[in-house]
Amino acid sequence: MNTLLSVDICGIGVVGPGLTNWAQAAPLLRGEQPFEPTELPPLKPELLPPNERRRTTQLIKLAIQAAEEAQRHSGIEAAQLACVFASAEGDTFIVDRLCEALALPEKPVSPTQFHNSVHNAPAGYWAIAGVARRFSTSIAAAGASFTAGLLEAAAFVASEGEPVLLVAYDIALPETLAPFGDSHSPFAVALVLASKNQGGSRLASLGLISPQEGSVSAMLPTAFSSLQTQNAAAQALPLLSQLARGESATVNLAYHDGTVLALELTC
Amino acid sequence: MSQLPLVLTRYTVVNALGHGLAASLEALRLGHSGLRVNDYEPAPLSTWIGRVDDIEQAALPAALSDYECRNNRLARLGLEQDGFSAAVAAAVKRHGASRIGLFLGTSTSGIEETERAYAMRNEAGALPAGYHYRQTQNPFSLSAFCREFLGLAGPALVISTACSSSAKVFATASRYIAAGLCDAAVVGGVDSLCQTTLYGFNSLELVSSEKCRPWDAQRNGINIGEGAGFALLEPASAVEGAVQLLGYGESSDAYHMSTPHPEGDGAVAAMQQALERAGIETQAVDYINLHGTATPSNDRSEDRAVTRLFGNATACSSTKGWTGHTLGAAGITEAIFSALSIEHGFLPASLNTEQKEEGLNAGVLLQNREQSVNIAMSNSFGFGGSNCSLLLGRREA
Repeated sequence: MNTLLSVDICGIGVVGPGLTNWAQAAPLLRGEQPFEPTELPPLKPELLPPNERRRTTQLIKLAIQAAEEAQRHSGIEAAQLACVFASAEGDTFIVDRLCEALALPEKPVSPTQFHNSVHNAPAGYWAIAGVARRFSTSIAAAGASFTAGLLEAAAFVASEGEPVLLVAYDIALPETLAPFGDSHSPFAVALVLASKNQGGSRLASLGLISPQEGSVSAMLPTAFSSLQTQNAAAQALPLLSQLARGESATVNLAYHDGTVLALELTC
Repeated sequence: MSQLPLVLTRYTVVNALGHGLAASLEALRLGHSGLRVNDYEPAPLSTWIGRVDDIEQAALPAALSDYECRNNRLARLGLEQDGFSAAVAAAVKRHGASRIGLFLGTSTSGIEETERAYAMRNEAGALPAGYHYRQTQNPFSLSAFCREFLGLAGPALVISTACSSSAKVFATASRYIAAGLCDAAVVGGVDSLCQTTLYGFNSLELVSSEKCRPWDAQRNGINIGEGAGFALLEPASAVEGAVQLLGYGESSDAYHMSTPHPEGDGAVAAMQQALERAGIETQAVDYINLHGTATPSNDRSEDRAVTRLFGNATACSSTKGWTGHTLGAAGITEAIFSALSIEHGFLPASLNTEQKEEGLNAGVLLQNREQSVNIAMSNSFGFGGSNCSLLLGRREA
């Protein structure tokens, strides 16, 4: 089994219902404290000025809050980080608002909502706030979006040798669209990845093995299983749980059509 | 390390100029624009559009009918031109279905289906039962559809970075192949007419009521187009193909969500990176296919960026006057137009441009030119400050 790509994890950020940040989430992910997926903590990413916070949506704030936690945790400046933003659904709140407006005779589309509707809006706000001018991409891969983002980020690190911020995030679908789609809970996770032994604060190392047939790792307190099924970014939870335990292991993450990406985690 | 060069083993386009490479090539050579007075019924704005004919009749195969939407129909039209699907099938025999990556760009996916569904809500506000969110609206639906249609089983994603989406797919393919995640890749992009972009760009006052006129003193906005384009990329070994990808550059403006950096800093960074990666100097570039949307701010910023690097001698043009701005499909459309310039030895003019704005100094062509082209650059710059430049070159025989 060949390891194709190797990266160090240098920073972690997480936001979700009942999950405020990595320090608070880690004991829950270890199963030491009960996890109750109650309310989403307040979203106040410090990188966004208050007027920008008002103009942006829950999806943008969720992504940036997780991103800034991982970035600070890594000790690497935002300007030094390339970025991979991954979201299965994009900003469905805006899709709902736009399609509501377009169903009216006068088509009152808001210009701000329109430019916020692009899939790379969170990446754009992050770049502006963090003066991050390097490589940045915004991807979607349905339920495999976190895994696809991890592959994209690790391939970038291998190609350029530069650290990269991976952010995966989705919100709950708005009421009108909810019966038709898969995302029913907000969640965001961010990782700063760097070349092996080159990052500032190495938390763990990951070896990525080419996607293949296999079964997704369970290793997660059962209280998390409903969140895991309700958000594509939450497919990262088995990896986060293992990181929280600080135990080396092989973690299989869901990819397309029943294949998995096997990760050799070394803590 | 990235995998370069990569040969474009086969490529194809569908846009307002017609279905397939021959239609685009002929229109470009004859100076025939594909723009028409807006006749897209759901959005009767006073503008011109680059509409693709016959999408309405091109129903998807019954087995894939859940994917029915304008965007996937346009994708399928693209996959069936120029022997593209057959070339992919041959590549599957060479490499195996799980060893071919699929990296496609789109900005609005199948949102037209959602617009239609919202207009058909019942009294309780529910969408009609036949609405297929996952297969149409979801941003990955384009790649999901093409993956099934082509029978691919390798790595797949959608890149959605507004108007740079289907340029960036080349860079992703290069990295995936270099990493050993796949041996070849289908790249491309599809975007289709919808109310969201027509009314959305209109709300930003960026839609022109006339034919778009890149670089012109009188330019006043974009014409929205639709299009599909695909390329099969393979390492430069024993495969056919006259054109190869030599380099790419990707950067972020970090300036404004919907306005480019006034000095073109991000664009310069992307172009410079592409040149460095290809290991060539600016003098080696024979032609630049500009992003050239015909908004006042884009063309000013891009002119600044191009002249900072290239001066005013390098021949360049925007082909938006032919196709309109195909948004998420612009990157692949214009990369392929650049490939046509290389293969057929001609440079398209910046159609509809009559009088260049004073102070814009890039070497924008007002007439087509017959000229052999060895290396061409294609620029794509999107909302959110997402920039991508590609370098394509003639493959040594």
